[in-house]
Amino acid sequence: MNLNTLILCIPLLPLLGALALRLLGAKLGKAAVGATAIATVAIGFILSLAAFRGLSGLDPAARHLTASFFTWAPGLGGGIGLDLLLDPLSAVMILVVTGVGSLIHLYSTAYMNEESAEEYARYFSYLNFFIFSMLILVLSANFLVLFAGWELVGLSSYLLIGFFRTKASAADAGKKAFIVNRVGDLGFLMGLLAILSLFGTLDYAKVLPQAPSVLAGREGLATLIALALFLGAMGKSAQVPLHVWLPDAMEGPTPVSALIHAATMVTAGVFMVARCHALFELSGTAMAVVAWVGAFTAIFAASIGLVQNDIKRVMAYSTLSQLGYMMLGVGVGAYTAGFFHLFTHAFFKALLFLGCGSVMHALHGELDLTRMGGLRAKLPVTFWTFLVGALCLVGFPLTSGFFSKDEILWEALASPHGSAALWAIGALTSLLTAVYVSRLVFKVFFGAPRDKHLFDHAHESGWAMALPLVVLAVLALAAGGLGLPHAMSSHQPFAEWLAPVFSDLHAAEPQGLSQSLPWLLMGLYTLGILLGAGFCWWLFIAAPGLSDRLYSYRPVAALHRVLWNKYWVDEAYQAVLVDGPLAAFRWVWRWFDQGMVDGLVNLAGFSAQAGGATLRLLQTGYLRFYLAMMALGAALWLALVFRLL
Amino acid sequence: MSLAFVLLLSLLIFCTGVAGVLIRRDPIVLFICIEMMFNAANLAFVGIARATGLVEAQAIAFLVIAVAAAEVAVGLAIIIAIFRSQHDADVDHVSSLKG
Repeated sequence: MNLNTLILCIPLLPLLGALALRLLGAKLGKAAVGATAIATVAIGFILSLAAFRGLSGLDPAARHLTASFFTWAPGLGGGIGLDLLLDPLSAVMILVVTGVGSLIHLYSTAYMNEESAEEYARYFSYLNFFIFSMLILVLSANFLVLFAGWELVGLSSYLLIGFFRTKASAADAGKKAFIVNRVGDLGFLMGLLAILSLFGTLDYAKVLPQAPSVLAGREGLATLIALALFLGAMGKSAQVPLHVWLPDAMEGPTPVSALIHAATMVTAGVFMVARCHALFELSGTAMAVVAWVGAFTAIFAASIGLVQNDIKRVMAYSTLSQLGYMMLGVGVGAYTAGFFHLFTHAFFKALLFLGCGSVMHALHGELDLTRMGGLRAKLPVTFWTFLVGALCLVGFPLTSGFFSKDEILWEALASPHGSAALWAIGALTSLLTAVYVSRLVFKVFFGAPRDKHLFDHAHESGWAMALPLVVLAVLALAAGGLGLPHAMSSHQPFAEWLAPVFSDLHAAEPQGLSQSLPWLLMGLYTLGILLGAGFCWWLFIAAPGLSDRLYSYRPVAALHRVLWNKYWVDEAYQAVLVDGPLAAFRWVWRWFDQGMVDGLVNLAGFSAQAGGATLRLLQTGYLRFYLAMMALGAALWLALVFRLL
Repeated sequence: MSLAFVLLLSLLIFCTGVAGVLIRRDPIVLFICIEMMFNAANLAFVGIARATGLVEAQAIAFLVIAVAAAEVAVGLAIIIAIFRSQHDADVDHVSSLKG
């Protein structure tokens, strides 16, 4: 089949899978359900590989193929097509989504095995539906399909976070995710409408090349549009202040956290900014906002992750922090670097989350790291793969995370849009990352077990869970080879592949700065990692009583309280956005609805009653009174007739 | 013997009748006063008949007499019925239809 039809099949298969599993899944039995779900995504991966190969066979300038499902409202000015676009960027994304997706589907077959058949089928149908939605999002050829995919992944996220629907906290978390995303989507929709009214079309192929000419000299308008779109990205990619939904999203099953809230959905915001970089470049203000919001999110989240005891929460804050890095990257114009970090992060973060799931599975759902310890003896595969993921996350030399993160930090320093301050925030975050990751690894896998009972019953997971861990670990290590810095290699496959899409606002090759600065910085980062890890080792393993003694100092305890309470952001939102308006609404309810509206109705009834009671006074029952009234009436009438009154 | 005097007398008798109806409590006396009012009206009609020579006025006088007679018959029947159940001849005591 030709390439254009191939593109259409890739998202269709998971959609059909989702429908089939939801409608028939309960009757098919778990094995069939699992196999079907994995198959739709795995075949999607194979098709994506074929699409990639097909695309690479074309001339770089011609590497954008479109395929259309159908044209919506063709009578309205040509209509808007439900079009898909395969270009270098979307080709990489579909490989990541289907590749990591199929590994996670495989993992889920073992992880979710304790659920009933109906719940199992429901889970896989939702998971397939998510894959479909994400593929639509990344394969979009115009902003409308992007928005449709955007909303659909939000829906899938809601369904999957709240999967354990009998748990109130899970249901609340699902709602929170959807509602916070909706706030961002408002901005996104505004941006979309502005683009539609300015350009008359929503196609990337028409809007993005024309953007510089249409918005020439109207930098204020360009800023508004870019910031409106960025608001959507902030919601989806959980940048501060719209980050609050992601830690709560850990209520969902761990494979969901791995797929959606680490590898794919949350990266949609970064993807969108990268895709629309032509629009963002027209406004220096917008670029600065993106970069600073990203940097702030990175350090903010890393600081909170330092003190969390729930292993998934630590990973959630880590994801927030890394998403901040990605935004920082695209905000300073280093689109390739930011996207490369997205790529490597997908592997190692999914790996880390699946590792957490493996630990949870072994300890029968235990999440609290204060009850773990010494697990490296009991869970060897999990430990070694987790270690690989952790090394990538901190950016240990020669891991993929090292190359991607350092590229972002270098660009933050040297790019025309970057600054030393941004670099400093990024570097400090890197140090914090080393600390919280080491804390996690040491407390879970090293030291003496803190809960004997849990420790004794821990057992390594089966092959269905171990294989994805190993594959992801290999990918996490190997992916670095695609993006070695200029200083190390003249060949950057990743950057070359994406060159038609990203015209990076590159840092000039180090000439103004000394040639050896990149090497110095790499050394600095490594030193930071070793310091951070060493500090954690000393604090948690070597000198166990030290942390308690440190905590007895007032400033340390106060700082700990601030971080433990996540800077009270959730409480602030609750007070300002929920309790405040609720109190106002309650006032309106009491004074307006109950007071005025009900009052008016009651007044009608009351006045009818009062009028009746008044008139009833005439009904005395006394004959003589009636006679007197008749006489009076007659006298009045006579007076009127004879015009005396 | 002008008409004015007759009408004035009629008015006086009528007012006396009204006053009696409003003041007296005995139902029989009430009826006497109502009769007085009828007669006053009759007097007025007859006076006018005599003054203008209209035959209609005389006819109306006869009508009034007939009506008065019928009314008395019905009224006395009601009084007797009330007296039988209450054994009390006081108009103020038939006030159970109060609101």
